[in-house]
Amino acid sequence: MGYLPNFIFLCLLIFGGGFFTRNILRIKRNILLGKEAGRNDQKSERWKHMVRVALGQSKMGVKPVAAALHLVVYIGFILINIELLEIILDGLLGTHRLFAPLLGSIYDFLIGSFEILALLVLIAVIFFWTRRNLVKIERFWKSEMKGWPKRDADYILYFEVVLMLLFLSMNATDALLQQQAAESYIKAGSFPVSQFLTPLFEGLGLEALILLERSFWWAHITGIIIFLNYLYYSKHLHILLAFPNTFYANLDSQGKFSIDTDIKREVMLMLFPEKAATEPESSSPPDKFGASDVFDLKWTQLMNAYSCTECGRCTEVCPANQTGKKLSPRKIMMDTRDRLEEVGININVNKGVFEDDQKQLLNDYISPEELWACTSCNACVEACPVAIDPLSIIMDMRQYLVMEQSAAPQELNAMMGNIENNGAPWPFSNQDRLQWINEK
Amino acid sequence: MSVEVPTLASLQAQGKKAAVVFWVGCAGSFDDRAKKITKAFVKILNHTQTSFAVLGTEESCTGDPAKRAGNEFLFQMQALQNISTLDSYGVTKIVTTCPHCFNTLKNEYPELGGHYKVMHHTQFLKSLIKEGSLKVEGGSYKGKRITYHDPCYLGRANKIFEAPRDLIKKLDAELVEMKACKTKGLCCGAGGAQMFKDAEEGDKEINIERTEQALDTQAEIIAAACPFCNTMMTDGIKNKKQEDEVKIMDVAELIANANNL
Repeated sequence: MGYLPNFIFLCLLIFGGGFFTRNILRIKRNILLGKEAGRNDQKSERWKHMVRVALGQSKMGVKPVAAALHLVVYIGFILINIELLEIILDGLLGTHRLFAPLLGSIYDFLIGSFEILALLVLIAVIFFWTRRNLVKIERFWKSEMKGWPKRDADYILYFEVVLMLLFLSMNATDALLQQQAAESYIKAGSFPVSQFLTPLFEGLGLEALILLERSFWWAHITGIIIFLNYLYYSKHLHILLAFPNTFYANLDSQGKFSIDTDIKREVMLMLFPEKAATEPESSSPPDKFGASDVFDLKWTQLMNAYSCTECGRCTEVCPANQTGKKLSPRKIMMDTRDRLEEVGININVNKGVFEDDQKQLLNDYISPEELWACTSCNACVEACPVAIDPLSIIMDMRQYLVMEQSAAPQELNAMMGNIENNGAPWPFSNQDRLQWINEK
Repeated sequence: MSVEVPTLASLQAQGKKAAVVFWVGCAGSFDDRAKKITKAFVKILNHTQTSFAVLGTEESCTGDPAKRAGNEFLFQMQALQNISTLDSYGVTKIVTTCPHCFNTLKNEYPELGGHYKVMHHTQFLKSLIKEGSLKVEGGSYKGKRITYHDPCYLGRANKIFEAPRDLIKKLDAELVEMKACKTKGLCCGAGGAQMFKDAEEGDKEINIERTEQALDTQAEIIAAACPFCNTMMTDGIKNKKQEDEVKIMDVAELIANANNL
């Protein structure tokens, strides 16, 4: 045997880490297909925003039950990963509970805490599953949540259950081996939760116990590596992207919609040609107004799409969705990610170049009917716990419909015609603007 | 009661200036219901002897509905022309009764070169009370049950939740909140240029949903602070055949009435 387990472990780590890195780099490449967003300003404000919203989960509290459950899983996830460091070192060096002699009683405290956290995570996950599948909270059952999105949500919960059970079973068998003073199983750790699992394994011989303990240990770390790689395919990517996504969030007033400075120059040329000369020349003239595909969106909007964990708080508060219209802000984000993934695969297949596939985000994924149902009320933006902005995508796509295709609903064309002709959205003469003074 | 409404042009001809420009807005100028709000606000301005002026025929749509409908070009045409007009009079301070005008002037004009101190009329009225020129007592509204509907572009978009509520409380009224209020306030259905088109197919109109939330509070008055919200809620109340029992009033109208203006 010798160093074979160490070698296998190293291979597992390199393969798992390598595959994960490859996929993360693909996500980065896909996100950077988007346009410049100008979000490199106000660094200290951005750090604060990230610490408050992502790390501090400040926007979760709107739903206290979900917030508490989520907090347990979040803290459990972060803290139990401290243990991961020891597991990796043990695997590489062929040691067992490497940190135990170094940390002494602190080690016992840590292992005990991790066990309690693992139990709390298990309980929280059971609640999550119940809310989703038995209570059937409405936002988890909207039309865009059929098929893969529904299964994905459940798989994540099952993953977490399996990982926590493996962790506790590993400790339970370890504790028994410690009691039997098996070779290399040093007395270490405290097992406030897994002690209740030990009866399951009592009466087994030393060899069978060692086999089980090793199996749990290997299955646990392998499961973690698989879960890490599952993220790329899953909505669960939010555990990583929530941080950059809140850092690069829009920090301006929600009412300020982005101003197209390329258009400004055009308008200045028309209205005030003498002043327009002082406007900075745009580096490249706009080839297209608004957005019909992912390439036309800003990179931050594309990162938004990857950061969405499909919780549906946006859709739940959307006035259009509440009243039965087709629009769902969550679907806007899911469609954007799906289209971006499709573009990414196209680029992979075609050796780094995108080959036109006769498809685009507009129509093939998002219909004009959805876009025109939006009241731009910002409820979706306000509701998102990780600062995703579905409204900006809707507005960019409306801009494409109107400015590139003249495809606004007829009544809106009439409204815009009125503004153009008489400076008001209704057909009243500007000369009558003061008539109200003399009316009763 | 007649009102005094100077225009910037007429003041300039007399070599005078106004401390603040009242941006009336298209609804405030042309919509029959909104004109009453405009008049109520002007009565308060006259009553408090505030130095103000309107642009009158020189005012033009801010471009907000064009921008939300996706026509950035038309929006900027409107914005740059308005900025040119405002700057030609050296305007520094603007007050408006429309949250859409307010939001656009305040947040979107600066990047196009228009820098003004912009206030919503509820903020302005509160400042008049604070500096002592306006006194408000409940009068006929004392003890009345009033609910307040947050306009999206005033509330969520610009985080102005308290100014209108503070004014209602000054009336010694009982302010009751709807189940969705402040940051969670439900849109009336008019925003994003929806005012000017039919809604997409669904199973309900948004203004009906919001009106039901308002009626759930058992309020006698639904206070609004936006001419478009006012229209939508008024339609909602009519749809529910409650127009005799429940009134939709702008906060400015409440203040003006309480002062018998």
